[in-house]
Amino acid sequence: MTATTRDQPRTTRRPFRWQRVLLYAILVASALAFLMPVYVLLITGMKSFAEVSLQSMWDLPKGLHFESYAKAWFGSEAEGFRGLNVNFMNSVYLTLPATIISAMWGSINGYILAKWKFRGSEVLFPLLLFGMFIPYQSILIPLVQTLQKINIFGIRFYGTIPGLILAHVVYGIPITTLIFRNYYANIPTELIEASRIDGANIFSIYRYVLFPLSIPGFVVVMIWQFTSIWNDFLFAVTITSNPATQPVTVGLNNLAGSYIVEWNVQMAGALLTALPTLLVYIFLGRYFMRGLMAGSLKG
Amino acid sequence: MRRWNWERVVSILLISPAVVATAIFVYGFIAWTAYSSLTKWNKLLPDFTFVGLSNYRTLFANQRFRIDLRNTVVFTLVFLVACLIIGFVLALLLDQRVKGEGIFRGIYLFPMSISFIVTGVVWRWLLNPGSPQLGSTGVNLLFDELGLGFLKTGWYTDPKIGIIAVAIAATWQMSGYTMAMFLAGLRGIPDELREAARVDGASEAQIVRRIIFPLLRPVTLSAVIVLGHISLKIYDLIVSMTGPGIGFATDVPAYYMWDTTFRGNHFARGAAIAIILLFMVAVLIVPYLTWSTRSEAEL
Repeated sequence: MTATTRDQPRTTRRPFRWQRVLLYAILVASALAFLMPVYVLLITGMKSFAEVSLQSMWDLPKGLHFESYAKAWFGSEAEGFRGLNVNFMNSVYLTLPATIISAMWGSINGYILAKWKFRGSEVLFPLLLFGMFIPYQSILIPLVQTLQKINIFGIRFYGTIPGLILAHVVYGIPITTLIFRNYYANIPTELIEASRIDGANIFSIYRYVLFPLSIPGFVVVMIWQFTSIWNDFLFAVTITSNPATQPVTVGLNNLAGSYIVEWNVQMAGALLTALPTLLVYIFLGRYFMRGLMAGSLKG
Repeated sequence: MRRWNWERVVSILLISPAVVATAIFVYGFIAWTAYSSLTKWNKLLPDFTFVGLSNYRTLFANQRFRIDLRNTVVFTLVFLVACLIIGFVLALLLDQRVKGEGIFRGIYLFPMSISFIVTGVVWRWLLNPGSPQLGSTGVNLLFDELGLGFLKTGWYTDPKIGIIAVAIAATWQMSGYTMAMFLAGLRGIPDELREAARVDGASEAQIVRRIIFPLLRPVTLSAVIVLGHISLKIYDLIVSMTGPGIGFATDVPAYYMWDTTFRGNHFARGAAIAIILLFMVAVLIVPYLTWSTRSEAEL
């Protein structure tokens, strides 16, 4: 499909003008519908407590107030609820290492499955992928039991960030392996044959040929893992029960579930929680799309 | 390749950590859960006395679990159909050489990047029905102001349609993703095919029905698989938006599993729910996984 055929006017059946108008009207109306929750989120977070009421929830705030954000972040001792600051940082300490480790691991797995096929590797691949689709409820009980027992070099895994990192890295194997395998499969085998003739081995091919070409693959995988680990709730709420070690999604759920916290503070907290992944989406959206497509297997 | 024997060994060694981790954390843990579901372990301390299928029998006789299964069916149907229709229509409209396509696409897709917990917190506020004493709130209030008062309902507080309210929030989050998949599918259909049909005098509706629908079948299947397994596993959204609801109006098996296992210490019963969930997902996934990895190997 070349640009010239795309740009050619439709000679046979040119749409009427009102059809174009209708088309844009539907698109704009849908866009407004999609943005409606964001509008409410933004305006409610900026209202003062006196102003926030269910009856005026669609009205614009009378002035800009950022107290709700301060309250959602630092909490309020007077009203007796915790802020999200500690939980937010927990999520950072969880998400960054887990993302990097699982991307590295996935890259190695993908390399072997794409370029070092062995007898049975075609069977192994779907067996690895299956882990991506299982409802995690079906491994949750043994996971908790196991994490409670393991203690490596004095590091505890139950109720801690390292435990969550372990869970996310292990259950991230399928998706990271899938994306890298498909990515490396598109790199011509001739390139590898050529470097073999130059005397490269399994390590130097990865280090000097594939790894330098993998940056786009890493970006896609890291965005995918960053988003899903940051947004995870099930592992977080099951593995960590102490509010001081819980990630931000659990923190937000606690904040929003407590009846003493006002709507404006809840909305401010929701925005703070959503902000990192939202920023990644806004600035790296193109790669985000590719990750999504890879997530549907047939990239 | 045969000559490089040490590299064969190294390649197997490099993939083996992922294989071992998957064998333990996915397949081993599933087996462990499956065995637990056949035992008497319905208190805090493990009790692996074998009781056969009695946990399953209790479950299927249990009122709450029956409501949960019904809710899952309703939720899946509403969510799947809504996502497919909205996603398809938006993709079809965006494929008409629209100005500002990137912006529209970005707006439809951004909810995908945020956590279900955030979505739940915001939509609980939006779909808060209000009360006769205090007047309408949220979307109901918007309906009032737009003169659409007849559309008002109790949303998630209404036991009859509570689960549909949750499905609406989930649709907001995932229909953009469906749109992106369909759009990628549409872009894969050569323009020449449509042009040829137009030359032959086919109407736009006929083109959609006879050409676009059949060619989008693989993408639709992928979308159904992805959305279907999300809806079977849905948990975070329920937790943050409604909880189990009055008379378990918005309860689902995944929620019941966590509740009965980690709050009620009914580990065997929780394990049984988890295995039923896994079974439902496997019915959906296993044929798809075999089909898609096999057709990939043929390429």
